[in-house]
Amino acid sequence: MTSETGFDPELYKRFPTSGPRPRGELEELERVWRRPTGWRIITVVNNNYIGTFYVAASFLFFLLAGILALVMRVQLAAPLADILPQETYNQFFTMHGTIMMFLFAVPAVEALGIMLLPQMLSARDLPFPRLSAFAFWAYLVGGLAFFCSLFVGLAPNGGWFMYPPLTSIAYSPGINTDFWLLGIGFIEISAIAGAIEIVVGVLRTRAPGMTLDKMPIFAWAMLVFGVMIIIAFPAVILGTLLLELERAFNWPFFDPTRGGDPVLWQHLFWFFGHPEVYIIFLPAAGLVSMMVATVAKTELVGYRLVVLALLSTGFISFGVWAHHMFATGMPKISAGFFSAASMAVSVPAGIQVFSWIATLAVGKVKMTTPALFLIGTLIIFTMGGLTGVMVAMVPFDWQVHDTYFIVAHLHYVLIGGMVFPMFAAFYYWTPMMSARPLSEKLGKWVFGLMFTGMHVTFLPMHLTGFMGMPRRVYTYLPDRGWEVTNLISTVGAFILASGILLFCIDLMRNFRFAATGNAGNTYGGGTLEWLPTELYSTRSIPYVKSRQPLWDDPNLSKDVEEGRYFLPNSATGNRETIITSPLRAEPQYLQIMPGPSIWPVLAAVFTAGLFLLLTVQAYSASLVSGVLAILCVLRWLWETDRPVKEPSVDIGAGINVPTYVTGTSTHGWWAMVVLMIVIGMIFLMAVFSYLYLYGRSTELWIDPPAFTWLAGIVALNGAGGAFAVWSRAALRRGNGRKRVAIWLIILSSLLVTIPVVMDYQSWQAAGLRAEMSGQGATVNAIVALQACLAFIGLLMAAFVAARGARGYIAVPKSNIIDLPAIFLVFTAALGMLGAAIVRLFPGAL
Amino acid sequence: MSLRISTHSTTAEALAGWPPPVFDPAGPYAGSITTLSWALLAMGAGVTAIVLAAIWIALKGKPRTRARLGGEKAIWIGGVFFPVVVLTALLVWGLSLTSHIAEPVARDDMRIRVTGEMWWWRVAYLDADGREVLRDANEIHIPTGQAIALELKSADVIHSFWVPRLSGKLDMIPGRTNLMRIQADKPGVFSGQCAEYCGGPHALMGFVVVAHEPEDFARWIAARRTQPVAPRTAEAQRGAELFVSTGCAACHRVAGTQANGLAGPDLTHVGARQTLGAGILPNNRGAMIGWIGNSQAIKPDNRMPAYTVLPAEDLRAMAVYLEGLK
Repeated sequence: MTSETGFDPELYKRFPTSGPRPRGELEELERVWRRPTGWRIITVVNNNYIGTFYVAASFLFFLLAGILALVMRVQLAAPLADILPQETYNQFFTMHGTIMMFLFAVPAVEALGIMLLPQMLSARDLPFPRLSAFAFWAYLVGGLAFFCSLFVGLAPNGGWFMYPPLTSIAYSPGINTDFWLLGIGFIEISAIAGAIEIVVGVLRTRAPGMTLDKMPIFAWAMLVFGVMIIIAFPAVILGTLLLELERAFNWPFFDPTRGGDPVLWQHLFWFFGHPEVYIIFLPAAGLVSMMVATVAKTELVGYRLVVLALLSTGFISFGVWAHHMFATGMPKISAGFFSAASMAVSVPAGIQVFSWIATLAVGKVKMTTPALFLIGTLIIFTMGGLTGVMVAMVPFDWQVHDTYFIVAHLHYVLIGGMVFPMFAAFYYWTPMMSARPLSEKLGKWVFGLMFTGMHVTFLPMHLTGFMGMPRRVYTYLPDRGWEVTNLISTVGAFILASGILLFCIDLMRNFRFAATGNAGNTYGGGTLEWLPTELYSTRSIPYVKSRQPLWDDPNLSKDVEEGRYFLPNSATGNRETIITSPLRAEPQYLQIMPGPSIWPVLAAVFTAGLFLLLTVQAYSASLVSGVLAILCVLRWLWETDRPVKEPSVDIGAGINVPTYVTGTSTHGWWAMVVLMIVIGMIFLMAVFSYLYLYGRSTELWIDPPAFTWLAGIVALNGAGGAFAVWSRAALRRGNGRKRVAIWLIILSSLLVTIPVVMDYQSWQAAGLRAEMSGQGATVNAIVALQACLAFIGLLMAAFVAARGARGYIAVPKSNIIDLPAIFLVFTAALGMLGAAIVRLFPGAL
Repeated sequence: MSLRISTHSTTAEALAGWPPPVFDPAGPYAGSITTLSWALLAMGAGVTAIVLAAIWIALKGKPRTRARLGGEKAIWIGGVFFPVVVLTALLVWGLSLTSHIAEPVARDDMRIRVTGEMWWWRVAYLDADGREVLRDANEIHIPTGQAIALELKSADVIHSFWVPRLSGKLDMIPGRTNLMRIQADKPGVFSGQCAEYCGGPHALMGFVVVAHEPEDFARWIAARRTQPVAPRTAEAQRGAELFVSTGCAACHRVAGTQANGLAGPDLTHVGARQTLGAGILPNNRGAMIGWIGNSQAIKPDNRMPAYTVLPAEDLRAMAVYLEGLK
């Protein structure tokens, strides 16, 4: 057996240990992980709580958006009905789609990840507990405020896809659209925070021995999910920024009269929008793979094929976005490519469906409620997938695009691919979080009503579409023959809703939250989340030898509970978890984790305040809120990265690992790299927008400023980057050079800021104005993006200076120097690239 | 709601919508898609049946059949091999059909420019040099048996042109001109509707395509190119005066009169149209009076103000005048 980190695998043979554990260590573990009481519960950071709050909040949004759908179904039950006026209906369908996608589906799967992953990986918590808390509170506060815009008639009304020019200031002068752009922009930040947490968590906090090919399928799915969010969300973040800039400052990104193009928005939106569907589906598919194995009491058939399917779905999904745009009149070659890719993505879906069927065939299935929901998933998702293949055919799509056929298709895919798996998961994992399982008897009724209601609602819609009814219509004329199928759909919607209502009743009767003393392994699962857990997760962290450790080692639960594996105590008297290597999960170091804190909560509230106050045009108040948000984040970071006095500790059986590590193997470094990928993607999308508008029309384009400016920008950025690297080297040389290292970071941050001003000034001098052309708008957007990065660099430098002044920088290596240093190098690189691209292309041609 | 005036029940109406327009093509472009649609539906139904059978076997089958289903081989066959074969075949068909339908517009095709506006359709018939020879709105007349080239444009936001019995849909995007062809093989009236959400009363943005035999079409276009006859009755004459004095003429054009507004639909031959309000009301006097008096109640937020202040006799006079414009 080879090793990834130099860790000797022979050491694993020391587990399970024997002999009595020292007295008091369990009590200390309990004390360290105790939850805050009283009102301080809001400062809680433990994933048991944050995960549950998160799932509950996303379910609340599911119910709210569902109620909107029911009212819309009543309006459409008969032609020319008067239940919802036109404007209100337009707001309702926009909010239904937006909430279901942004406030329910993505947060719900992210929430399930935060709730389940640490347990499945046997980590004490995810690596950035306060980031999870921030993501949750930002989402809850922002989401509720966004929803409330409905009550004052200010809800967005441009559809969840927000196509300009309908959403441009000329046709949507109200602040409704700004609610969407700022509200959703803000929810995206929360999603990215969660994705960083999940990617680093899956790669670095797995139980020792859990190599990648022993990882639960759900962890694989969440890994792909995280990576997809990191690549896809930047496109919509940039899109919303550009549209907001166009609305607020008249920068013509999407205005064809000044060299913009409305279709640019569609590319940016769907480059995010289609992967989004798989972002929602893959985690749910991961849950299905886990539950199918338990339900059939056998290992998943074709584990490796399913992993391959998850990875290839993620990959192909970035090549299908334009299938939402077949009717825009795109060139035949492009249509052919996107058509082929859209069909190809059904192969990995087929692999998963047949893997689940094969697993059911091997095992002996007991018809529990989760089993019923899983079979429902198989049927509904298959049907939705098949209509998906149909609409991937370009000529067929020309007929059914934007009709009720598509409404039917997408609800089959999303209800079959996400909602049914989620309900299966609710029944299956409730015993892990609750003192009582949910009722099997009610559960079967819930399933029956939902399954029937789903088909009664959406099956006739295929026909309604063939009959010519377009989507997003608040009413229809009586002579079209659409009455009957619409009425059936409305009846079905209420059957579906009654199933969900019955589920809520089940939840109220039986769900009793219990982080300790839960109902346990009701369905007999074989993965680590079914180990006995308390707030600190498992008493000790097992060495993992197989994919279903609980089935393969009947003594595992007992040994874990008795502390016979890794970290049976709190080694340093703090909250801590083991960081393991990404491929083979070999123990690398002990991470000291932060505890409860009010600062992430306040940071989230003020961040929400910044965006919402901006929406209602209370600019000075929003500025104050933004400054407060930054201060809260800095205050929360102030407590982090404090080395403990023991440089290394025994994590069980005499295995020693360090407690403070710097450089490329730290979880902080990994998170910073992920963040830089996000920013890099935003930058890439901005460059894409620039090139795209160049391709549309160069009529209003001007020559770039003299190249001497570029030379200056490159030189200063280069010096800034070099100083940042030098700072790390200076710190290595010991305490005497600490001050030099800090000054180098400060200088570096200034050096990368000055070129932003030069860049802006040189374009101004050349006569470029943001509002005059597509070139003006995109060049200024790239400069503005760089200005944001430079601003963050300055903040980091200020933070480093403050920490240095108070002596909170470790010597000779410190993450407080390392992380700002790599961020500054990255900023310098983007500064050079951005300035060069818009000058050399097309200027140098 | 005032729109109810369009409700009238006949046995024909009970069967309205049947057969579904997508499966009832009236020309070759829609026809080839219909064939594809039937094939796709059969494929969908067949694969659903296979998966249902597989689930049934997995749950209730005999041990030996279940064993055959329960291995990686089954995943390779059902999840990889089978879809790849079916999808490749479909893809070849789909791509060649795409090419066929989207073939470039020929130089000698008859051309009509249709511009999507919030929330109606501006129509212009073009000659071989691209000049406008006739303006109309919300109704497109074509001769049967030949491909008609449509230049699709937008005056404001994105709309989408869709007549399911004649072809698939194509978007109308500001700053672009999209070209598509439609063809009807037999005379008839085919309804169309905007398919891209365009805000406000997007739901009520319809139109009709009327196909005539070629010789009838020639007669129709000749008649349309003449100016409408002057109002004959006193009431119609008063309506004509009111049309100018109450401000209608600021937005609407009636050829040969002072009315020369360009913002709204051209009304030169409004009396001969099949529908009012962009495909949503039958063209009769009652509907016309209702529309002029309070179009906002019928089609909320449309760009025409409500004229609720006008007395009933004035509304009636204008309706009489307008229905005479044939």
